[in-house]
Amino acid sequence: MLETFDLRVPGRLDGVTTGLAPGSVTAIVGPNGAGKSTLLSALAGLLPGDVRLKGRRLDQTPPRERARRIGYLPQSAEVAWNVSVRTLVGLGRLPHGASADDDAAAVDKALADVDLSRLSERAIGHLSGGERARALLARVLAGNPEWILADEPLASLDIAQVRNLLARFRDLAGAGRGVVLVLHDLAQAMNYADRVLVLHKGHLEADGAPDEALDPGVISRIWGVDARWLGEGHGRALAW
Amino acid sequence: MTRPMLLLVLAILLLVAVPLSLLAGQVWIDPFGSPVRNAVPILAELRAPRVALALIIGGGLGAAGAAMQGYLRNPLADPGLFGIAPLAALGAVLSFFTGLAVQPWALPGFAFAGAALAMVLLALISGGGGLGRGVTLFTLTGMMIASLAGALTSLVISLSPNPFALSEIVTWLMGALENRSWHEVVLSAPPTLIGLALLWRAGPSLDALTLGEAAARSLGVVPGRLQALMVLGVGLIVGSGVAAAGIIGFVGLIVPHMLRPLTDQRPSALIMPSALAGALLVLIADSLCRLFPLAGGELRLGIALSLVGAPFFLLLLLRLRRELV
Repeated sequence: MLETFDLRVPGRLDGVTTGLAPGSVTAIVGPNGAGKSTLLSALAGLLPGDVRLKGRRLDQTPPRERARRIGYLPQSAEVAWNVSVRTLVGLGRLPHGASADDDAAAVDKALADVDLSRLSERAIGHLSGGERARALLARVLAGNPEWILADEPLASLDIAQVRNLLARFRDLAGAGRGVVLVLHDLAQAMNYADRVLVLHKGHLEADGAPDEALDPGVISRIWGVDARWLGEGHGRALAW
Repeated sequence: MTRPMLLLVLAILLLVAVPLSLLAGQVWIDPFGSPVRNAVPILAELRAPRVALALIIGGGLGAAGAAMQGYLRNPLADPGLFGIAPLAALGAVLSFFTGLAVQPWALPGFAFAGAALAMVLLALISGGGGLGRGVTLFTLTGMMIASLAGALTSLVISLSPNPFALSEIVTWLMGALENRSWHEVVLSAPPTLIGLALLWRAGPSLDALTLGEAAARSLGVVPGRLQALMVLGVGLIVGSGVAAAGIIGFVGLIVPHMLRPLTDQRPSALIMPSALAGALLVLIADSLCRLFPLAGGELRLGIALSLVGAPFFLLLLLRLRRELV
């Protein structure tokens, strides 16, 4: 379990208590400025506060051990140097201190997972936006973390890539990892998440299965938009 | 080029350059020719310490530059940006101003005190290094220290008590390895080596910083620890360099810049090659200064490096601009 207890960050989060289970995809949604990214960085152990992984406080866990267990993909796609895709993905191995062979195997697997093996020697500056987003995700996967926390990982992708990556996140959850995604698109959260946290002005306003957390009543109350869900199963769309 | 290959090439170049530099000068020493008068004292007392100092200072500045560019995630960063060199120089200038510089310990002592003060100021003002307020605040603090130290140095020069002190200060500020002895080598080698070891330790964290501060922290980097490694590492290197030779610019800026395309671009992969190439650059530049003296004496190493370095850097920037266009 990854849990927060009365998490407060002045001006951003106002007492968030929740517990996330591994083996599932959790989506964090909310209007702009709701505190989604703040909650995600807190869950990654990057902010002060009572966040616990398997009962142990993250601020009392050695940083490298925390880094091996929790992979965090920030929203910014910043890469300071024009490294190759393979070198970039290899940065995900930094907390491990494993042998070069183990590192190379993990990098190869992560590259294959996001379908970038054939571009592994290409410089990051020569990738398209979508390829770059996948390379950055592969960096997180290469670390083999128990938890994968990603801040709007689908923002710059076309629909085929969005579908592939969401399927990939579902596979990771199916393999027992905890997956937490900050999402902007409510339909993605509805169709692909097992659980949805709705944040508004730093408060946790709804927390549950997508059907109840993203009920039209909740959407109307939080976003001020009268909307309804069309379609069924994993193919729902939001109309307003 | 792979990293071992690059290190090997640089090491071979150094192995060729060091003996050449020892033999070259106004008195050429031909090991296979007829014996030269006073060859042993020239080699042992004049050239060997000078060569050793060039290697130490050049190596330190090259590595410090590579680490600084990695830390600030900016190819235009240079070890001078922390404000450590200007404050160390201010310390040295004060030793001339007060007349204490005649004591052998005073100049390096004052320079180290200046470097230490800069490090303490940096830690106090920008300390903590929390998310978001880390590197930017740190750089601004360094720039303010540099600018204040520069102004104070000018003030000290303008208040200089006599023309002798004035000329000493101005000449010294230009940076040189002329007339240095084993005393300066013994003084600057240990801090530089410790500084190199600290920067080497910072390497993996600098690599993680490639992805930005938040991602680096999520990879286990502790910003305060990295900042401490950087301040101490760069401080020891730059402080001992200024104490032994005055201000020598451009090495820390140019060397990593030239080598980066030959590496996989990770900051950690650049630190040791930059140390070797920095040593090589300062050694060659100093040997040329010695070989081609001007009418009034040797060209100061600091001036020579700036004269060659600045146009070279402009050319690099022009090329960069063409690539961008």
